[in-house]
Amino acid sequence: MSEPAIPRKAMRWTLWLPALVFAGFVALVGYNLRNPAEREVRSALIGKPLPEFALKAAVEGQPGLVRADLANGQPHLLNIFASWCVPCAVEAPQLAELRRQGVNIVGVAIRDRPDELKGFLARNGNPFSRIGADNLSAIQFAIGSSGVPESFVIDGKGVIRYQHIGEIRPDQVPLILTKLQEAGQ
Amino acid sequence: MKALLLALLALVLAVPALADDSLPPAPYAYRQLENPEQEAKAKALMETLRCLQCQGQSIADSDAPIAGDMRHQVRTRIAAGEDPEAIRAWLVERYGDYVSYAPQVTAVTWPLYAAPLVLLALAFVFARRRFSGRAGT
Repeated sequence: MSEPAIPRKAMRWTLWLPALVFAGFVALVGYNLRNPAEREVRSALIGKPLPEFALKAAVEGQPGLVRADLANGQPHLLNIFASWCVPCAVEAPQLAELRRQGVNIVGVAIRDRPDELKGFLARNGNPFSRIGADNLSAIQFAIGSSGVPESFVIDGKGVIRYQHIGEIRPDQVPLILTKLQEAGQ
Repeated sequence: MKALLLALLALVLAVPALADDSLPPAPYAYRQLENPEQEAKAKALMETLRCLQCQGQSIADSDAPIAGDMRHQVRTRIAAGEDPEAIRAWLVERYGDYVSYAPQVTAVTWPLYAAPLVLLALAFVFARRRFSGRAGT
Protein backbone atom coordinates (compact mmCIF):
# COMPACT_ATOMS: atom_id res chain seq x y z
CA MET A 1 0.00 0.00 0.00
CA SER A 2 1.39 3.40 -1.01
CA GLU A 3 0.88 6.71 0.79
CA PRO A 4 -1.66 9.16 -0.73
CA ALA A 5 0.12 11.72 -2.93
CA ILE A 6 -1.27 14.70 -0.97
CA PRO A 7 -1.56 14.76 2.85
CA ARG A 8 -5.19 14.82 4.12
CA LYS A 9 -4.98 18.24 5.78
CA ALA A 10 -3.69 20.01 2.67
CA MET A 11 -6.36 18.26 0.66
CA ARG A 12 -9.18 19.79 2.74
CA TRP A 13 -7.82 23.29 2.18
CA THR A 14 -7.44 22.87 -1.56
CA LEU A 15 -11.06 21.74 -1.80
CA TRP A 16 -12.06 25.35 -1.19
CA LEU A 17 -9.82 26.68 -3.92
CA PRO A 18 -12.35 26.54 -6.79
CA ALA A 19 -14.94 28.29 -4.59
CA LEU A 20 -12.41 31.00 -3.76
CA VAL A 21 -11.53 31.50 -7.41
CA PHE A 22 -15.23 31.72 -8.21
CA ALA A 23 -15.81 34.29 -5.42
CA GLY A 24 -12.90 36.32 -6.77
CA PHE A 25 -14.43 36.20 -10.23
CA VAL A 26 -17.82 37.38 -8.93
CA ALA A 27 -16.10 40.22 -7.05
CA LEU A 28 -14.27 41.28 -10.23
CA VAL A 29 -17.48 41.28 -12.29
CA GLY A 30 -19.28 43.23 -9.54
CA TYR A 31 -16.51 45.81 -9.39
CA ASN A 32 -16.50 46.31 -13.16
CA LEU A 33 -20.29 46.58 -13.26
CA ARG A 34 -20.09 49.49 -10.80
CA ASN A 35 -17.18 51.11 -12.64
CA PRO A 36 -17.95 50.80 -16.33
CA ALA A 37 -15.02 51.26 -18.65
CA GLU A 38 -14.65 54.41 -20.76
CA ARG A 39 -16.88 54.19 -23.81
CA GLU A 40 -14.94 56.67 -25.87
CA VAL A 41 -12.64 55.53 -28.61
CA ARG A 42 -9.48 57.62 -28.37
CA SER A 43 -7.31 58.41 -31.32
CA ALA A 44 -4.03 56.53 -31.37
CA LEU A 45 -2.41 59.29 -33.43
CA ILE A 46 -1.57 61.67 -30.56
CA GLY A 47 2.05 62.76 -31.00
CA LYS A 48 2.02 61.79 -34.66
CA PRO A 49 1.83 64.12 -37.67
CA LEU A 50 -1.48 64.82 -39.36
CA PRO A 51 -1.98 62.79 -42.52
CA GLU A 52 -2.13 64.60 -45.85
CA PHE A 53 -5.60 65.89 -46.73
CA ALA A 54 -7.32 68.56 -48.80
CA LEU A 55 -10.93 69.58 -48.13
CA LYS A 56 -13.08 71.85 -50.24
CA ALA A 57 -14.75 74.89 -48.71
CA ALA A 58 -17.86 73.94 -46.74
CA VAL A 59 -19.53 77.35 -47.07
CA GLU A 60 -19.28 80.16 -49.57
CA GLY A 61 -16.92 82.97 -48.67
CA GLN A 62 -14.74 80.89 -46.38
CA PRO A 63 -11.69 78.92 -47.53
CA GLY A 64 -11.48 75.15 -47.31
CA LEU A 65 -8.80 73.31 -45.39
CA VAL A 66 -5.63 71.53 -46.47
CA ARG A 67 -2.94 70.02 -44.27
CA ALA A 68 -0.43 72.76 -45.10
CA ASP A 69 -2.75 75.33 -43.46
CA LEU A 70 -2.13 73.60 -40.13
CA ALA A 71 1.64 73.28 -40.41
CA ASN A 72 2.41 77.00 -40.69
CA GLY A 73 4.30 77.44 -37.42
CA GLN A 74 1.29 78.36 -35.30
CA PRO A 75 -0.75 76.02 -33.11
CA HIS A 76 -4.36 75.45 -34.19
CA LEU A 77 -7.52 74.05 -32.72
CA LEU A 78 -9.06 71.68 -35.25
CA ASN A 79 -12.77 71.39 -34.48
CA ILE A 80 -14.75 68.53 -36.01
CA PHE A 81 -18.41 69.51 -36.02
CA ALA A 82 -21.68 69.50 -37.96
CA SER A 83 -24.80 71.62 -38.12
CA TRP A 84 -26.94 68.54 -37.33
CA CYS A 85 -24.97 67.83 -34.15
CA VAL A 86 -26.71 69.12 -31.03
CA PRO A 87 -23.69 69.26 -28.65
CA CYS A 88 -21.83 71.22 -31.34
CA ALA A 89 -24.22 74.12 -30.74
CA VAL A 90 -23.68 73.69 -26.98
CA GLU A 91 -19.92 74.22 -27.31
CA ALA A 92 -20.26 77.29 -29.59
CA PRO A 93 -19.92 79.86 -26.74
CA GLN A 94 -16.75 78.11 -25.57
CA LEU A 95 -15.28 78.21 -29.08
CA ALA A 96 -16.19 81.90 -29.26
CA GLU A 97 -14.38 82.45 -25.95
CA LEU A 98 -11.27 80.62 -27.26
CA ARG A 99 -11.41 82.74 -30.41
CA ARG A 100 -11.59 85.90 -28.26
CA GLN A 101 -8.44 84.74 -26.50
CA GLY A 102 -6.65 84.59 -29.84
CA VAL A 103 -6.90 80.89 -30.66
CA ASN A 104 -6.80 80.06 -34.35
CA ILE A 105 -9.73 77.69 -34.87
CA VAL A 106 -10.27 75.75 -38.07
CA GLY A 107 -13.32 73.59 -38.67
CA VAL A 108 -14.21 70.41 -40.50
CA ALA A 109 -17.92 70.02 -41.20
CA ILE A 110 -18.95 66.36 -41.28
CA ARG A 111 -21.69 65.26 -43.70
CA ASP A 112 -23.16 68.73 -43.90
CA ARG A 113 -25.11 70.84 -46.41
CA PRO A 114 -23.88 74.38 -47.16
CA ASP A 115 -27.28 75.98 -46.51
CA GLU A 116 -27.75 74.17 -43.20
CA LEU A 117 -24.19 74.99 -42.19
CA LYS A 118 -24.79 78.66 -43.01
CA GLY A 119 -27.82 78.68 -40.73
CA PHE A 120 -25.84 77.00 -37.96
CA LEU A 121 -23.05 79.59 -38.18
CA ALA A 122 -25.58 82.44 -38.24
CA ARG A 123 -27.27 81.08 -35.11
CA ASN A 124 -24.18 80.06 -33.13
CA GLY A 125 -21.46 82.37 -34.38
CA ASN A 126 -18.49 81.60 -36.59
CA PRO A 127 -15.15 81.28 -34.79
CA PHE A 128 -13.52 79.49 -37.73
CA SER A 129 -10.87 80.91 -40.03
CA ARG A 130 -11.37 78.00 -42.43
CA ILE A 131 -14.00 75.29 -42.78
CA GLY A 132 -13.41 72.18 -44.85
CA ALA A 133 -16.23 69.89 -45.97
CA ASP A 134 -15.88 66.18 -45.25
CA ASN A 135 -18.94 64.42 -46.64
CA LEU A 136 -17.53 60.90 -46.33
CA SER A 137 -16.07 61.18 -42.80
CA ALA A 138 -12.71 60.50 -44.49
CA ILE A 139 -10.77 62.95 -42.29
CA GLN A 140 -12.33 61.40 -39.22
CA PHE A 141 -10.95 57.98 -40.12
CA ALA A 142 -7.60 59.47 -41.11
CA ILE A 143 -7.05 61.11 -37.72
CA GLY A 144 -8.79 58.55 -35.53
CA SER A 145 -11.85 60.61 -34.65
CA SER A 146 -15.06 58.71 -33.94
CA GLY A 147 -17.79 61.31 -33.65
CA VAL A 148 -18.84 64.95 -33.42
CA PRO A 149 -17.89 67.19 -31.79
CA GLU A 150 -14.23 66.51 -31.30
CA SER A 151 -11.37 68.99 -31.08
CA PHE A 152 -7.71 68.37 -31.81
CA VAL A 153 -4.80 70.58 -30.75
CA ILE A 154 -2.34 70.70 -33.66
CA ASP A 155 1.10 72.23 -33.19
CA GLY A 156 2.93 74.47 -35.68
CA LYS A 157 4.52 71.48 -37.39
CA GLY A 158 1.20 69.76 -38.02
CA VAL A 159 1.61 67.21 -35.22
CA ILE A 160 -1.53 66.13 -33.30
CA ARG A 161 -0.91 67.01 -29.66
CA TYR A 162 -4.23 66.53 -27.90
CA GLN A 163 -7.69 65.16 -28.56
CA HIS A 164 -10.82 66.39 -26.81
CA ILE A 165 -13.84 64.11 -27.24
CA GLY A 166 -17.30 65.62 -26.93
CA GLU A 167 -18.30 69.24 -26.51
CA ILE A 168 -15.92 71.66 -24.80
CA ARG A 169 -17.66 72.70 -21.58
CA PRO A 170 -17.04 76.11 -19.96
CA ASP A 171 -14.80 74.62 -17.24
CA GLN A 172 -12.66 72.92 -19.91
CA VAL A 173 -11.68 76.13 -21.72
CA PRO A 174 -8.54 76.64 -19.54
CA LEU A 175 -7.45 73.05 -20.23
CA ILE A 176 -7.70 73.60 -23.99
CA LEU A 177 -5.78 76.88 -23.65
CA THR A 178 -3.03 75.12 -21.69
CA LYS A 179 -2.76 72.38 -24.31
CA LEU A 180 -2.52 75.02 -27.05
CA GLN A 181 0.19 76.85 -25.10
CA GLU A 182 2.14 73.61 -24.68
CA ALA A 183 1.80 72.99 -28.40
CA GLY A 184 3.09 76.50 -29.11
CA GLN A 185 6.34 75.99 -27.20
CA MET B 1 -59.11 59.27 -18.22
CA LYS B 2 -59.26 62.00 -20.85
CA ALA B 3 -55.96 63.44 -19.63
CA LEU B 4 -54.37 60.03 -19.80
CA LEU B 5 -55.60 59.54 -23.35
CA LEU B 6 -54.29 62.96 -24.30
CA ALA B 7 -50.93 62.16 -22.77
CA LEU B 8 -50.81 58.88 -24.67
CA LEU B 9 -51.76 60.67 -27.88
CA ALA B 10 -48.99 63.21 -27.28
CA LEU B 11 -46.52 60.35 -26.83
CA VAL B 12 -47.62 58.75 -30.09
CA LEU B 13 -47.38 62.03 -32.01
CA ALA B 14 -44.09 63.15 -30.47
CA VAL B 15 -41.27 63.50 -32.98
CA PRO B 16 -37.92 62.40 -31.62
CA ALA B 17 -35.17 65.00 -31.68
CA LEU B 18 -33.15 64.20 -34.76
CA ALA B 19 -29.40 64.27 -34.42
CA ASP B 20 -28.56 62.91 -37.80
CA ASP B 21 -27.34 64.42 -41.01
CA SER B 22 -29.53 64.80 -44.08
CA LEU B 23 -26.92 63.85 -46.67
CA PRO B 24 -27.55 60.71 -48.73
CA PRO B 25 -25.40 57.73 -47.70
CA ALA B 26 -21.91 57.45 -49.20
CA PRO B 27 -21.91 55.84 -52.69
CA TYR B 28 -20.60 52.47 -51.48
CA ALA B 29 -22.32 52.46 -48.09
CA TYR B 30 -25.17 50.28 -49.31
CA ARG B 31 -23.96 49.33 -52.79
CA GLN B 32 -21.95 46.20 -53.41
CA LEU B 33 -18.80 46.21 -55.48
CA GLU B 34 -19.25 45.10 -59.09
CA ASN B 35 -16.58 42.43 -58.73
CA PRO B 36 -18.06 39.61 -56.57
CA GLU B 37 -14.66 38.43 -55.43
CA GLN B 38 -13.75 41.90 -54.16
CA GLU B 39 -17.19 42.29 -52.55
CA ALA B 40 -16.67 39.01 -50.68
CA LYS B 41 -13.34 40.29 -49.37
CA ALA B 42 -14.89 43.63 -48.36
CA LYS B 43 -17.82 41.88 -46.65
CA ALA B 44 -15.51 39.61 -44.66
CA LEU B 45 -13.52 42.62 -43.48
CA MET B 46 -16.58 44.76 -42.69
CA GLU B 47 -18.00 42.03 -40.47
CA THR B 48 -14.91 42.22 -38.28
CA LEU B 49 -14.66 46.01 -37.94
CA ARG B 50 -16.37 47.73 -35.05
CA CYS B 51 -18.79 50.59 -35.62
CA LEU B 52 -17.34 53.54 -33.70
CA GLN B 53 -20.68 54.98 -32.66
CA CYS B 54 -22.72 51.84 -31.96
CA GLN B 55 -19.93 49.88 -30.39
CA GLY B 56 -21.68 46.54 -30.08
CA GLN B 57 -22.14 46.25 -33.84
CA SER B 58 -19.88 45.63 -36.78
CA ILE B 59 -19.94 48.21 -39.58
CA ALA B 60 -21.62 45.57 -41.74
CA ASP B 61 -24.56 45.50 -39.30
CA SER B 62 -24.86 49.17 -38.45
CA ASP B 63 -26.98 51.83 -40.11
CA ALA B 64 -25.14 54.73 -38.44
CA PRO B 65 -23.91 57.24 -41.04
CA ILE B 66 -20.31 56.89 -39.84
CA ALA B 67 -20.54 53.11 -40.35
CA GLY B 68 -21.82 53.73 -43.88
CA ASP B 69 -18.88 56.02 -44.53
CA MET B 70 -16.51 53.37 -43.21
CA ARG B 71 -18.06 50.74 -45.51
CA HIS B 72 -17.54 53.17 -48.38
CA GLN B 73 -13.93 53.56 -47.30
CA VAL B 74 -13.41 49.79 -47.10
CA ARG B 75 -15.09 49.06 -50.45
CA THR B 76 -13.27 51.78 -52.40
CA ARG B 77 -9.93 50.67 -50.95
CA ILE B 78 -10.57 47.02 -51.78
CA ALA B 79 -11.68 48.06 -55.28
CA ALA B 80 -8.37 49.92 -55.59
CA GLY B 81 -6.59 46.65 -54.89
CA GLU B 82 -5.65 47.17 -51.25
CA ASP B 83 -5.23 44.11 -49.05
CA PRO B 84 -7.99 43.71 -46.38
CA GLU B 85 -5.44 43.18 -43.61
CA ALA B 86 -3.63 46.37 -44.66
CA ILE B 87 -6.90 48.28 -44.27
CA ARG B 88 -7.44 46.72 -40.84
CA ALA B 89 -3.89 47.67 -39.84
CA TRP B 90 -4.51 51.23 -41.05
CA LEU B 91 -7.59 51.51 -38.82
CA VAL B 92 -5.92 49.84 -35.82
CA GLU B 93 -3.11 52.39 -36.16
CA ARG B 94 -5.73 55.11 -35.70
CA TYR B 95 -8.21 53.63 -33.24
CA GLY B 96 -6.26 50.89 -31.50
CA ASP B 97 -7.10 47.16 -31.38
CA TYR B 98 -10.60 48.10 -30.23
CA VAL B 99 -11.76 48.79 -33.79
CA SER B 100 -11.10 45.21 -34.88
CA TYR B 101 -13.21 42.22 -33.90
CA ALA B 102 -10.57 39.79 -35.16
CA PRO B 103 -8.37 38.97 -32.18
CA GLN B 104 -4.62 39.25 -32.73
CA VAL B 105 -1.87 37.54 -30.77
CA THR B 106 0.23 40.39 -29.34
CA ALA B 107 2.52 40.94 -26.37
CA VAL B 108 -0.60 41.74 -24.30
CA THR B 109 -2.99 39.07 -25.52
CA TRP B 110 -0.81 35.95 -25.73
CA PRO B 111 -1.70 34.78 -22.18
CA LEU B 112 -5.32 34.37 -23.37
CA TYR B 113 -4.11 31.77 -25.83
CA ALA B 114 -1.45 30.25 -23.62
CA ALA B 115 -3.56 29.93 -20.43
CA PRO B 116 -5.89 27.12 -21.67
CA LEU B 117 -2.90 25.11 -22.89
CA VAL B 118 -1.13 25.55 -19.54
CA LEU B 119 -4.28 24.55 -17.64
CA LEU B 120 -4.75 21.51 -19.85
CA ALA B 121 -1.15 20.45 -19.28
CA LEU B 122 -1.54 20.94 -15.51
CA ALA B 123 -4.76 18.93 -15.49
CA PHE B 124 -3.03 16.16 -17.39
CA VAL B 125 -0.15 16.06 -14.89
CA PHE B 126 -2.51 15.99 -11.88
CA ALA B 127 -4.75 13.36 -13.41
CA ARG B 128 -1.82 11.14 -14.24
CA ARG B 129 -0.48 11.40 -10.72
CA ARG B 130 -3.85 10.42 -9.31
CA PHE B 131 -4.52 7.55 -11.62
CA SER B 132 -1.02 6.15 -11.47
CA GLY B 133 -1.31 6.32 -7.65
CA ARG B 134 -4.51 4.23 -7.77
CA ALA B 135 -2.95 1.79 -10.18
CA GLY B 136 -0.10 1.30 -7.75
CA THR B 137 -2.40 0.02 -4.93
